[in-house]
Amino acid sequence: MDWQFVFSQALTQAIGPTMLVYALGAIGLNLQFGYTGLLNFGQAAFAAMGAYGLALTVVSFDLPFWWGIVVGLVAAVIMALLLGIPTLRLRADYLAIVTIAAAEIVRRLMRATVWSDTTGGSDGMRGFSEPFFDMNPWPDEGSGSFLFFSMEHGRLTADLGIVNFQYSNRDLWIMTVGWALVVIILVIMGLLVHSPWGRVLKGIREDEEAVRSLGKNVFAYKMQALVLGGIIGAVAGFIFALSRANVQPDTFTTDFTFYFYVVLILGGAARLLGPVLGAALFWFLYNLIAQGLNQAIRSDVIPPSILDATQVGPLVFFLLGLGMVLLLIFRPQGLIGNRKELMLDVR
Amino acid sequence: MSDDNDQRTGITAARAAMAGVTAEPGASKPDPILSATGVRRAFGGLVAVDVEHLEVQRGSITALIGPNGAGKTTYFNLLTGFDRPSKGTWEFNGRKAHRMRSYQVARAGMVRTFQLTKALSRMSVMDNMLIGAANQVGERMWAGLIPPLWKAQEAANREKALELLERFKLIDKRDHYGGELSGGQRKLLEMARALMLDPKMVMLDEPMAGVNPALKQTLLEHIKNLREDGMTVLFVEHDMDMVHEIADWVAVMAAGKLITEGTPDQISADRRVIDAYLGAHHDAAQR
Repeated sequence: MDWQFVFSQALTQAIGPTMLVYALGAIGLNLQFGYTGLLNFGQAAFAAMGAYGLALTVVSFDLPFWWGIVVGLVAAVIMALLLGIPTLRLRADYLAIVTIAAAEIVRRLMRATVWSDTTGGSDGMRGFSEPFFDMNPWPDEGSGSFLFFSMEHGRLTADLGIVNFQYSNRDLWIMTVGWALVVIILVIMGLLVHSPWGRVLKGIREDEEAVRSLGKNVFAYKMQALVLGGIIGAVAGFIFALSRANVQPDTFTTDFTFYFYVVLILGGAARLLGPVLGAALFWFLYNLIAQGLNQAIRSDVIPPSILDATQVGPLVFFLLGLGMVLLLIFRPQGLIGNRKELMLDVR
Repeated sequence: MSDDNDQRTGITAARAAMAGVTAEPGASKPDPILSATGVRRAFGGLVAVDVEHLEVQRGSITALIGPNGAGKTTYFNLLTGFDRPSKGTWEFNGRKAHRMRSYQVARAGMVRTFQLTKALSRMSVMDNMLIGAANQVGERMWAGLIPPLWKAQEAANREKALELLERFKLIDKRDHYGGELSGGQRKLLEMARALMLDPKMVMLDEPMAGVNPALKQTLLEHIKNLREDGMTVLFVEHDMDMVHEIADWVAVMAAGKLITEGTPDQISADRRVIDAYLGAHHDAAQR
């Protein structure tokens, strides 16, 4: 059994395009849930706003790529306002109910047959990512090497001896943009959560009545957090759509939102780097288990009578679910959360 | 810091100002900071509060007393914007306040505390204090991104917070989490935090609930000092001894209505108050 291959694959994925989608979505959620205490169960819909905003603008309305980005961001802001205005004055759980329902409505609208000429219905859309990849500075021809990096026919290999990383030049372009966005967004969020503005958000998470009694317009702060987190969710949607070069409504199910939550809790909520570490670990483990099982079946370590290749997918999710339960029991604060903070009596 | 002499002067001043006020419900005061008329709150068919008129003298300590379920806390919530009245109008410090939201009431200078103390658990004691400061530039989202805009103000607020923590004997706890404080310390923190806003009037909802006798005395001193610093205090309380010790004026509620007002001495002697607390005709029943 090829352990080196399994680990290389898992590590390659752990900092790759899909991990970036989870990281970005969870960063947005961290602002809403981790810092402000808003239960947004519709982060998938914010990502859908970004993905579909971009795809519809470019494919169906034939407008330039950058217009698509603007439309996606504006759509996320509008969605946050629509969800927030009726619910943010109410108790916290109302936002949870409304967002989970709204996310399903969004998905149903995207796959509705009435508009399938425009939206592609359940098949979704493709053909919007070319302008993005036209900007790709990573060459798809020629070869060269530098230290342990080597480039060949648009494939970058980083050979570290024990493990190696491999990316296509399209992946590299997604990762360049994605990691740059992660860094920029984290810098902005770091400034925000350590400012008096961020202090008010944390106060709202602890007890919004107390913060109100101190003269703060709690509704406005919650709205700002919801909008800002939604915008970051839309950015995750852009990366998601571009990395797959298509959009499909059924990728934006409630599961998608819950992966963001898993990533956030795994990494540590209300910690700046929590979502990034959580996404890397989550996607590493997912790939490690999936690739490991597949390899084990292929090399007859696990006989087909116990497990065959088609059962690997569900088993991976079963194992990840089990891992999540164990995490919550033994390390509820996640990778870098503060256990003491979590154990405090919060009435 | 005020010493005994200052406190006595404060009492004298507040009581002298109200010397001519007649002890009757809705009595008008010479210099009211708060004046509320026709405040009514009904929950369906139940009228929780129906107070004809109440004025609170500026610079005084006024107690709002009454048996359980008299509507004191509801009345409190209405005045501070935490609940909406079915009808009624009031003015605070010369401004119409009955349409204000809770945060606007606080900004106007009327700051409340809660019966169940609300310390912000997963924030440091220092952050609990700093969040109280008013008009912070850095609390606007865009300004928050640019520390030079708010660093100086933050430093000034920190100074002020340290002074208050010193005064409330919480200085050693400044780096602890709010959730690590004992019940009594949380009460002190909540009061200190309210003072970060430089309020004109402090509304204390049962400040002595669940507080041990030693701390009770400390809290009493702090409340008296608020008056000495020029603030007006309105507090809800059950404990008649405490009311007697610090209140300049007492308003009594029962079954949603204001049944009487007066000095603590007048109230202790009032038949209606005893009836309200113990039930009317209690001695008739004994006979």
